[in-house]
Amino acid sequence: MNQNKLTRLFVASVAMLVMLFSAGVAAESDWRRPWGVNLPQGVTSLSEVSYSMHMLTFWIVTVIGIVVFAGVFFSVWKFRKSQGAKPATWHHSTAVEIVWTAVPFLILLGIAIPATQAMIKMEDTSGYEMTVKVTGYQWMWEYEYLDEDIQFFSRLDRDSDRARQRNPEIRPRDVEHYLLNVDNPLVVPVNTKIRFLLTANDVIHSWWVPELGWKKDTIPGFINEAWAEIREPGTYRGQCAELCGRDHGFMPIVVVAKTQEDYELWVAEQQEDANGEVAADDEDLSDMGMDELMAIGEGVYGNQCMACHQAGGEGMGDMFPALVGSEKVLGDRDEYKSILIDGVSGTSMQSFANLSNQELAGVLTYVRNAWGNDEDGEVVFQPADVDAAR
Amino acid sequence: MTATTHDTHDAHHHGPPPGFFKRWLFTTNHKDLGVLYMLFGLLMFFVGGAMAMVIRAELFQPGLNLVDPHFFNQMTTMHALVMIFGAVMPAFTGLANWLIPVQIGAPDMALPRINNWAFWLLPAGFVLLLATLFLPGGAPAGGWTMYPPLVLQLGDSFPFLIFAVHILGISSIMGSINIVATILNMRAPGMTLMKMPLFVWAWLITAFLIVAVMPVLAGAVTMLLTDQYFGTSFFSAAGGGDPVMFQHIFWFFGHPEVYILILPAFGIVSAIIPTFARKPLFGYSSMVYATASIAFLSFIVWGHHMFTVGMPLAGQLFFMYATMLVAVPTGVKIFNWMATMWQGSMTFETPMLFSIAFVLLFTIGGLSGVMLALAPVDLQYHDTYFVVAHFHYVLVTGAVFSIMAAVYFWLPKWTGNMYDEKLGKWHFWLSTITVNVLFFPQHFLGLAGMPRRIPDYAVQFAEFNMISSIGGFAFGLSQLLFVYIIVKCVRGGEKATSEVWEGARGLEWTLPSPAPYHTFETPPVVK
Repeated sequence: MNQNKLTRLFVASVAMLVMLFSAGVAAESDWRRPWGVNLPQGVTSLSEVSYSMHMLTFWIVTVIGIVVFAGVFFSVWKFRKSQGAKPATWHHSTAVEIVWTAVPFLILLGIAIPATQAMIKMEDTSGYEMTVKVTGYQWMWEYEYLDEDIQFFSRLDRDSDRARQRNPEIRPRDVEHYLLNVDNPLVVPVNTKIRFLLTANDVIHSWWVPELGWKKDTIPGFINEAWAEIREPGTYRGQCAELCGRDHGFMPIVVVAKTQEDYELWVAEQQEDANGEVAADDEDLSDMGMDELMAIGEGVYGNQCMACHQAGGEGMGDMFPALVGSEKVLGDRDEYKSILIDGVSGTSMQSFANLSNQELAGVLTYVRNAWGNDEDGEVVFQPADVDAAR
Repeated sequence: MTATTHDTHDAHHHGPPPGFFKRWLFTTNHKDLGVLYMLFGLLMFFVGGAMAMVIRAELFQPGLNLVDPHFFNQMTTMHALVMIFGAVMPAFTGLANWLIPVQIGAPDMALPRINNWAFWLLPAGFVLLLATLFLPGGAPAGGWTMYPPLVLQLGDSFPFLIFAVHILGISSIMGSINIVATILNMRAPGMTLMKMPLFVWAWLITAFLIVAVMPVLAGAVTMLLTDQYFGTSFFSAAGGGDPVMFQHIFWFFGHPEVYILILPAFGIVSAIIPTFARKPLFGYSSMVYATASIAFLSFIVWGHHMFTVGMPLAGQLFFMYATMLVAVPTGVKIFNWMATMWQGSMTFETPMLFSIAFVLLFTIGGLSGVMLALAPVDLQYHDTYFVVAHFHYVLVTGAVFSIMAAVYFWLPKWTGNMYDEKLGKWHFWLSTITVNVLFFPQHFLGLAGMPRRIPDYAVQFAEFNMISSIGGFAFGLSQLLFVYIIVKCVRGGEKATSEVWEGARGLEWTLPSPAPYHTFETPPVVK
């Protein structure tokens, strides 16, 4: 290939890239469809501010980029030796240098002013109408409604969890909202200034729903603040954005924004459920059969334990110890129970105290007897044993 | 030295010592050490590249297809550590070793034995680091940024990681002290500071950055070590510490570190563009001042890596303004390179092609950097693929492209042979096209909501990930051609003249090609 052809090819390919991006941005792209190329406008005043700052800066830097590309390509085209160009000898011009120092500075100043205003707005959590406390865990979220006495955990939904295994039963493409769906979404009212208090239980996570316009780190031992006032009812999806260990990619966030009336209905429902659950717990300390415990336990294991300790309890390296033949499992009953109820500090093994007595009894029994762990005979854990150990 | 004594020492002075080990293991010769550094960098470029291939293969389509998420995290962590500390930094240090003495008319580096030690610490550090791949629990998987408390969950690899970082840091500090000492003490008569080639200037400033910040990193990782094993709680809130403090300390090192990875590139490009434009560099002194300004600013912008941790408003605004300021001296550099080409008489040999691509593609990385500087929008961009795209444009099409340009530019001086120009152009075009296919779509992925460091993703990200992976495999394969071209050039080829390039200026081009084992034993006089 000769130089001319090469240059044209280079010009063409770079120009295509710039055009592709600009075209993608200019087109009103639905960002949750395939081929999405841009930030969402979102549904809060903050997301709109950050979106407009983003677009403003994007067009400014695109123009600067085009000027630089055009300048270089013009030189390449015009001042080539093969076209008989003779080199000039100048190598300095104070005036020109002052101009291209001052002009970028002024452009930056122009961007900095609206950016400062946006930042001040983002940090202003005053005048909030409700508060949600968000706690990050490896690897799920806990939501507490500080004014409503509602609290629950939010984990990757069952279908995504099945599809994300190696050699899965169902393909990721067949799961609706693969990796962006949870069992219990965060439900909030629209047109209400919600203050989020964010913290974490183990390592640093980051709570990010793009349509709310920000992400904020959740840091163990510290509480961060952020706010959102959602304008439109709908379902908004996001993910943990700070590397937090093995399943960092599998702790999505779903926010369902409801009208005030629907939200109040939901709150009432939750509080009824909660009361019902407590009553059920009180009654269900009665002994259960081995088969029933094993069935409950297998389900809990698949949801909670398998990701780390693996399907056959074989574990994975030192970080996620094997449960097959484990001294901790086969040894002292109280210590075994306390590992599940209290967790093991300094490791990824969190507390599962949020599970019911029946669920804990089930999973304790299941792990104690599955995969040949019952060589020394069946060992059963009853809900009452668990309750006593709490 | 009289003529007589000089003659009796001829045998010692004019060639390398015989024997493979004696020459390469014990060498204190700046050229030999430069070659060792660069070969080590090349080797690590492929080790880190292989890890990138695992990452891109896993991300080729949605679902967990090849590796476990824990192993995936090991790959992202190790890829970064290997590429930063194993590939780019040693390659630049190698270039510094080979070129600084011959560019300032010095016979060797100021501290030749330290030079040997600094190099041989590198393989030692990387044996420690790479050995963790074979430990139970695997290699470090908490990200190269080593944030606690996550990093404290590592198994056996944790102390290996800490000590590897210590050793690599010691190596860098020794190398940098040597570079500073050489530049400040061993310039030929007449080579004033403001006559030095810009590559020497860039490295002088870089070396000061390294000496200033590597000890900070060493302190940070030592605090991690004592938190883990000796009961301190620097970074644990439960004991009165603060995990975010680690991030402040780390990025006080980390931001100057990214300029350590790019300033020498500025020096290289400032040597190559004037050569092939046959016109002196535009605005030499403003280039020097711009480089120094960037280095100064690098110390006061670390907070822009931490806009999401919950800093006070005043802190966020300060770091935003300071970061935006970096664009001014960086812009000056870009405009100066453009002005150098303007009204030149350009030819487009491979080093020039890589340098022009550097100017253009580094500009893309710089402009996305301006976007990232804006705190209110960074709350969206942070920790997404937009950031991944940004720093790969700066580090691959920036730092790595400049290293490739430098290799093609000085290879004839090192080997005495011209490389195969046709293959060089093939390598350039393949690399430039595939690297854009690899990284450009990652801007889209990030903006559309894909976080970084995830082994699996929602299906709406499938298309651009597949394109990116295809670009990645092609870019990786293209680099095999680079090795072939280097090997071919070392083994033979058209003989190079001492000037090599028509427009070449500078002391190194007054030496024969290949440059003799010892050069400038009698200092040249620079007018």
